[in-house]
Amino acid sequence: MAGATRPRERPLSPHLQVWRWHITMASSILHRLTGIALYGAAILLALWLMAVAGGPEMYAPVQAFLASPSGQAGLYLAVAAFAYHLANGVRHLVFDFGRGLNPSDADSSAWFAILFALAAPFGVWALATFGA
Amino acid sequence: MTSRSRGAAGEGSGHFIAQRFTAIALLALGPWFVIAAALSLRGGEYAAAIDFLSHPVNAVATILLLVLGLYHMQLGMQEVVLDYIAKPTTKVLLLVLNALVPLALGAGAIFAVLAVNFGV
Repeated sequence: MAGATRPRERPLSPHLQVWRWHITMASSILHRLTGIALYGAAILLALWLMAVAGGPEMYAPVQAFLASPSGQAGLYLAVAAFAYHLANGVRHLVFDFGRGLNPSDADSSAWFAILFALAAPFGVWALATFGA
Repeated sequence: MTSRSRGAAGEGSGHFIAQRFTAIALLALGPWFVIAAALSLRGGEYAAAIDFLSHPVNAVATILLLVLGLYHMQLGMQEVVLDYIAKPTTKVLLLVLNALVPLALGAGAIFAVLAVNFGV
């Protein structure tokens, strides 16, 4: 159209696709993902308690599932998700006080949370296997 | 009433504070449950689960874990829904679901802990 000009190029917000992947971004996304996963774990915990109250017949299939490979894998993932959300939650509480926000501290605490999450299920497994 | 610290939605910083307080309580309750479960419930037997929940300290701590954990996850999921769901009907539906599901689970699971202890 005559006289119509293209709108001036406005600055765009940074899109997720053009961002270099970095560990603090992963830690933020993982916090949400593990939070959502723990919603599911909490539902299962509540159902587990109801199955216990329901008596041995109601509990037997739950026990069988928990002992099965998929049940054990589910427990591993649940403990890992919980450990991550816990460690990263502490990280966020520290952030709330304005501490640990410089890039090198934020990077190393993010790595710590991830490694803690990977190691924690083995710790819990060791407790269950060798604990007093 | 002044508008100070109440924010645009009029509910102020209550959500933020509740999420932090429940988080701090769960720092103790969560690891307690995982470790206690690893030590007491490891075999997965029915009798072990009954023994665990029959101990008063375990029963009370489990109920606290349920109340604070379900409340904390409700607050978190509310944030997730508000952030990612733009369509009004879906958003309201999910928010209502998120209001009811933790409530129903909490009532059922607390009743279960009491039933184990007092036999209903």
